[in-house]
Amino acid sequence: MSTRLATGGRFTDRGKQIGFTFNGRRFTGFQGDTLASALLAGDQLLVGRSFKYHRPRGIVASGAEEPNALVGLGQGARFEPDQRATTTELFDGLVAESQNHWPSLAFDVGEINAKLARFLPAGFYYKTFLWPRAFWKHLYEPVIRRSAGLGKAPHPEVRDADRYEHFHVHTEVLVVGGGIAGLQAARNAARAGAQVLLIEETAHWGGRTPVDGGRIDGREPEAWVAETVAELEAMDNVRLRLRCMGAGVYDHGYVLGYERLTDHKPGAPGPRHRLWRIRARQVVTATGAIERPLSFAGNDVPGVMLASAMRDYVVNYGVAPGDRTVVVTNNDDAYRTAILLKKSGLDVPAILDARPMGGGALMQEARDLGIRVEPARGISKVLGGARVTGVAICDQAGGGSMLEEIACDAVAMSGGWSPVVHLWSHCGGKLTWDADGAFFRPDPSRAPTGADGKPFLIAAGSANGHLGLQEALACADGAGKAAVEALGRGFEESPVPRAETTEEAPLLPVWLMPQGARADLRMKAFLDYQNDVKVSDIQLAAREGYESVEHAKRYTTLGMATDQGKLSNINGLAILSDALGAPIPQTGTTTFRPPYTPISFGAIAGEARDAVFQPLRRTPMQDWHEASNAAWEIVGQWRRPYCYPRPGESRRAAVNREITATRESLGLLDASTLGKILVKGPDAGRFLDMMYTNMMSTLPVGKCRYGLMCNENGFLMDDGVVVRLSEDSWLCHTTSGGADHVHAHMEDWLQCEWWDWKVYTANLTEQYAQIAVVGPNARKLLEKLGGMDVSKEALPFMTWAEGTLADTPARVYRISFSGELSYEIAVPANRGRAFWGKLLDAGAEWNITPYGTEALHVMRAEKGFIMIGDESDGTVIPQDLGLHWAISKKKEDFLGKRAQQRPDMARGDRWQLVGLETLDGSVLPDGAYAIAPGKNANGQRNTQGRVTSTYYSPTLGKGIAMGLVIHGPDRMGEVISFTAEAQDETRDELTTVEAKIVSPVFFDPKGEKQDV
Amino acid sequence: MLILHCPCCGIDAAEIELAPGGEAHLKREGPGSSDAALETYLFTRDNPRGVVLERWRHAYGCGKWFLAARDSVTQEVYGTYAAQTHAPPQEIVDRITARHPGWTGAH
Ligand SMILES: [Zn+2]
Repeated sequence: MSTRLATGGRFTDRGKQIGFTFNGRRFTGFQGDTLASALLAGDQLLVGRSFKYHRPRGIVASGAEEPNALVGLGQGARFEPDQRATTTELFDGLVAESQNHWPSLAFDVGEINAKLARFLPAGFYYKTFLWPRAFWKHLYEPVIRRSAGLGKAPHPEVRDADRYEHFHVHTEVLVVGGGIAGLQAARNAARAGAQVLLIEETAHWGGRTPVDGGRIDGREPEAWVAETVAELEAMDNVRLRLRCMGAGVYDHGYVLGYERLTDHKPGAPGPRHRLWRIRARQVVTATGAIERPLSFAGNDVPGVMLASAMRDYVVNYGVAPGDRTVVVTNNDDAYRTAILLKKSGLDVPAILDARPMGGGALMQEARDLGIRVEPARGISKVLGGARVTGVAICDQAGGGSMLEEIACDAVAMSGGWSPVVHLWSHCGGKLTWDADGAFFRPDPSRAPTGADGKPFLIAAGSANGHLGLQEALACADGAGKAAVEALGRGFEESPVPRAETTEEAPLLPVWLMPQGARADLRMKAFLDYQNDVKVSDIQLAAREGYESVEHAKRYTTLGMATDQGKLSNINGLAILSDALGAPIPQTGTTTFRPPYTPISFGAIAGEARDAVFQPLRRTPMQDWHEASNAAWEIVGQWRRPYCYPRPGESRRAAVNREITATRESLGLLDASTLGKILVKGPDAGRFLDMMYTNMMSTLPVGKCRYGLMCNENGFLMDDGVVVRLSEDSWLCHTTSGGADHVHAHMEDWLQCEWWDWKVYTANLTEQYAQIAVVGPNARKLLEKLGGMDVSKEALPFMTWAEGTLADTPARVYRISFSGELSYEIAVPANRGRAFWGKLLDAGAEWNITPYGTEALHVMRAEKGFIMIGDESDGTVIPQDLGLHWAISKKKEDFLGKRAQQRPDMARGDRWQLVGLETLDGSVLPDGAYAIAPGKNANGQRNTQGRVTSTYYSPTLGKGIAMGLVIHGPDRMGEVISFTAEAQDETRDELTTVEAKIVSPVFFDPKGEKQDV
Repeated sequence: MLILHCPCCGIDAAEIELAPGGEAHLKREGPGSSDAALETYLFTRDNPRGVVLERWRHAYGCGKWFLAARDSVTQEVYGTYAAQTHAPPQEIVDRITARHPGWTGAH
């Protein structure tokens, strides 16, 4: 069984007991344990179910590469799925749940998937797409959804209880990884006076050398590590951070660090995670190497573990994952595990070494301890289901015929090591195949380069393929010095620390065990534990023609789970290259992407939540809207009143009330959000003639003109009223959401195309409060305020005047977006709130009614005025909307003019704007499609139009809509059918609503009300 | 995340301050142009592996547009220069051809 040893544990404090629960059962661990080590100490081998077949799975690794032991951690506002037990530090009261099981971990219905394994081959998802649709909808999807998937997402209504932050930092040298290589590289850079930041993902310095043994400069590795860390800590130019992972490397030396501050003490003050946004001139990646599993049948049975991980549990936590452990290997390093177990008083019944002649000095040491060593042997299959009960051994050279059964409760496997090249690869660093080590390692001649075209990243130690202690130290020593040199600094010559370690015999690449494993064995030999990809899946993909490694990856999902194939990548690649009959380097490798391991969404968001998620723009009257119980509509970064419901009044009723009051007497709208861009200069008129489809240069001073703005593709982009302020200046009103974009658009053309034109632009949007005074009594109100002649004669429709209203300096525009008598009044922003109050006070006798954006929308729709974003969507040209009158025929050129002459824009069957009225007076569903006879090539119903705006009109007492319909303007009076929401969703039938094509101007078609 | 020097205000700006504007030195095709010329202007982009001449706006800085000569593979920046030009200045061309002998421009 898996148990706590009587002594040992570098990281654990046996004086401090820690209580936690797993699937509701109480466990006890020690301070310094990980969740994984504490579960193993409690003989909890089974920690989860696999993704596809729901096979029982146990802990395989001891660090970030762990594929199986993913748990749901915490509860309520601190619940988080898919947390690796191996990187979760234990704390008192920890609550963990296993995943992928239903109804329980021990008894799982989904395990039936394993029995159906032959029906779930590589490419299953793609293949089933080809089958009848009904099969997918009614059979596959429900079954897959029920039984597959990783952890559950937190409840959408629950708010994360923790705080997160971003931290921006510049450094000369960043060293990622605090093992002996990272420490040595950092020390050399620091001694040369460089600013150094050293980050380490775990809670401990030193990496795995203190576990693996040897001596550095005559001392135990642990002593050397402590000494080096002390030296670095004492230097002012060095910053060190534990629990801080190098998550990703990006262009020009940008690196993300992911620091976990309080994961091991939830609720402690301060942020939980901190995202380090680092700019480094030189980056040293000393990220170590990861041991590879061997591919034999049953290599996923709980109790089968990486040999190095087993050493970690014994040395670091004083935990033995088994009493009787069979070691299986293709290299010398795994012998260290056997020797350690034996010396810890545990049984090692056999070492199976796939190499024909076995290993070197370490093999001899094992034999001297009395351990049976079997060269040229491997595992045919692992015996046991929920945990290992034994292994069947065989000749590595054969097909898997069993020679002998050996009883055991654990298997330690080692297929060699792969350097952690992820960070090197993130930003374009290339790899080279190392045939001796059978791994890909960084190719220093093709390193990621910075803005100066020179490499900014150096791999060090085992991350660079130097697995031996002396080689790793020498490599790291050189990396630190190279980083300093790249900065243009000098350094003093210093000797490389001297390592003593046992010499190792060469490794033999073993990609399948046994070499000629029978089909039934290959179907149980797992490559990717997390996505349940087996040797047989990769071989099938190769047979089906997926020869590119990137295609085979996606077809089989190898390496596509949250561990990104840290254990499976090379093994899968080797199987693929064998199946293709091509060498591994030619088969190539897939690309590693950031982050190295998943990072929290909270860390990515940082402080950007709630009020600081994005800036909130407020109009001068915002406090009045808030005090008046406005319902809000989000418009860009503005929040505009949607309507002002009275106590007990529904929104719908409020909107209707606001419209009726405005049409019958007097309404008031805060229009301050409208974009206001001043365009000034000798060439301003010429410039605006290019910006707008209609002629603006000829607009007389004192007049207003509605204008359309298109992009170079000819599509409608924005609209608004342009005002001629003076001989050389125009004020362009834009949509509320469009001001910044339109201003940027103007500047683009001025700076990059017509840079010799003399024009200035200024975005004055926030300099003015703008208020629309609307309705039959609007003029009476302004006359009552006094100060300006606002009569029809003095201020006709589509003109403007400047003056003083109620002692407030004002520009008054006679423009209307409602069809009513209407004045839009701009006053200095700091006078806006007071002026709004004066209007309300003076307008009381006419029941003045502030209205919101919905009333605005309904009233414009009653008048058939288009709205950017409703009638336009980036594929609509003004001609589609019947706006030919606003497109100049005289101008030689304007933005979009040439594009509007393209055949597709000029064809006769484009969908065009019409009004729509349902026969029963109901409101058409927004976005509904008009159906046409017949079906298209995909078997879908043909369409002939769609609804772009649809409202209930209180003025007309019925539903009104606008839409785009093929040949629409020629089909007045015709009744067509629109799709409606299905009454009964389980029935796959289309229900329709009949609507008549009418003029889009529903109200006051002659425009008499606005021109009085 | 790139760092580009804004020639308008002199700041070395990180990419979060910048808005990309696509290929530089496009020739605008207006009324009277052929369909083929219009198509090239609107849609046909080189998108090379290697040297790109591209538009950037210092959107969260001085607001000005500038042009950059960059290598899309190595991320080397050969230089940034004024938007009010029809071709990169000679010193940038020299830096490009030092790395890419025979380079004759994006088009
Ligand atoms: Zn700038």
